[in-house]
Amino acid sequence: MTYKFDWSVLWTGQSGQWLLQGVITTLEISVLAWLLAGALGILSGALRTLPFPPLRVLAAFYVEFFRNVPLLVWMFFWYFAVPPLLPTPLQDWLFNHGAEFWAGMFALGVYHGARFSEVIRSGIQSISKTQFEAALSTGLTTAQAYRFVIIPIALRLIIPPLTNESLNLLKNSSVALTISVAELTFQTRQIETYTAKAFEALTAGTVIYLALCLSIAFVMAQVERRFAIPGLIARVARPEH
Amino acid sequence: MEFSVIVKNFDFLIAQGLLGFGNFVGGTLRLAVPAIVLGFVLGIFIGLGRLARRPWIRIPATIYVEIFRGVPLVMVIFWFWFIIPVLLRVALPEYGVALTAFVVFEAAYLGEIVRAGIQSVPRGQMEAATATGLSSAQTMLYVILPQALKNMIPALVTQFIVLFKDTSLASIIGYVDLTKAAQIVNNREIRPFELYLFIAVVYWLCTYGMSLYARHLEQRFTPSV
Repeated sequence: MTYKFDWSVLWTGQSGQWLLQGVITTLEISVLAWLLAGALGILSGALRTLPFPPLRVLAAFYVEFFRNVPLLVWMFFWYFAVPPLLPTPLQDWLFNHGAEFWAGMFALGVYHGARFSEVIRSGIQSISKTQFEAALSTGLTTAQAYRFVIIPIALRLIIPPLTNESLNLLKNSSVALTISVAELTFQTRQIETYTAKAFEALTAGTVIYLALCLSIAFVMAQVERRFAIPGLIARVARPEH
Repeated sequence: MEFSVIVKNFDFLIAQGLLGFGNFVGGTLRLAVPAIVLGFVLGIFIGLGRLARRPWIRIPATIYVEIFRGVPLVMVIFWFWFIIPVLLRVALPEYGVALTAFVVFEAAYLGEIVRAGIQSVPRGQMEAATATGLSSAQTMLYVILPQALKNMIPALVTQFIVLFKDTSLASIIGYVDLTKAAQIVNNREIRPFELYLFIAVVYWLCTYGMSLYARHLEQRFTPSV
């Protein structure tokens, strides 16, 4: 069996349009999931550093349970297991508005929120305790100290590991193809199915992922340089897993 | 809630899905364990390659790492699913495809762990070994790698946890691991909530147990400086 290359399959027919739609869906699901993950991550990451055990345990439970189970299992869980438990009007709305997209977004966001949480926690813990004490002594409440002092410093410290995690989120959005979200990998497979040209289709998908990842890494490196606090950046521990 | 579905299918889910004993060639552990061992062997070469002085070794190793770390695992699995039949002219079973994909993919990440491990060995060790008359290969084999390995152990356990979770993706090409086993049972029983929650707990018990062990190792093997 010799393989005949035919790169024209990538721009003839509907392939180009499919790839473009795939990229757009990948970016949409990733950005929405990133926002959800960021909110959950900041909240649970901050809670885990509070001197109040019940909230700490709650946040720890969220982080340890969600990040230690494969994303694929969460995809199936949010898509197949959760919707039947919802009230009927909400179910109807979901299935009329692309339930697989929302389930995939939720799975991705909640899973990566647990991973972001660890990054943010290590960022907060790397700030010396005196910062917090100084903030309190100026008359701020604990919530204000977190809001105006601790979180802003922590977010600047964790830019490198956060970039890493954000790229993982982008790459992991490909898992959403298992619940038939029409993202980039899904569209790559579709081109392969229609044209029987696996190499060309997979090459196109791979190159697009590489380009997305490398350009985000490049932009974040600039952001990191812009927001670096001299002498502080190296102190943050790398995320565990 | 009808948890009897778990009791009824417990054998299939655990023996077939998790461990790999049964009618199908499958099992999460039967894929994860060889993948980490073989991936580590390949990872040693990648890690050494990245530290090589000769650019024609260092540059390909760097490209290897950057490419595989910039592409989703799902994509890599599909690559091997299509490329192996064309290259070898025979269709490999799912197990062979999945194992190859995981070894090649994980080697990029393990290579970085190996590189960090080697770099954590103080430079004086290399100089002292050379001074006793060892060749550079002997220095690496008898002096640097054994010490580097000790420093790598916690990171390796962590990587195994990641790999253990990632093997669930082998189910997309039909490999019968724990996730696929749950899907098969669900197709018959239509009990998604109970089944997916159950395998989530099984995965959690395995990975959380391992992460506690990794934390314990980290305290024991704090890198020697």
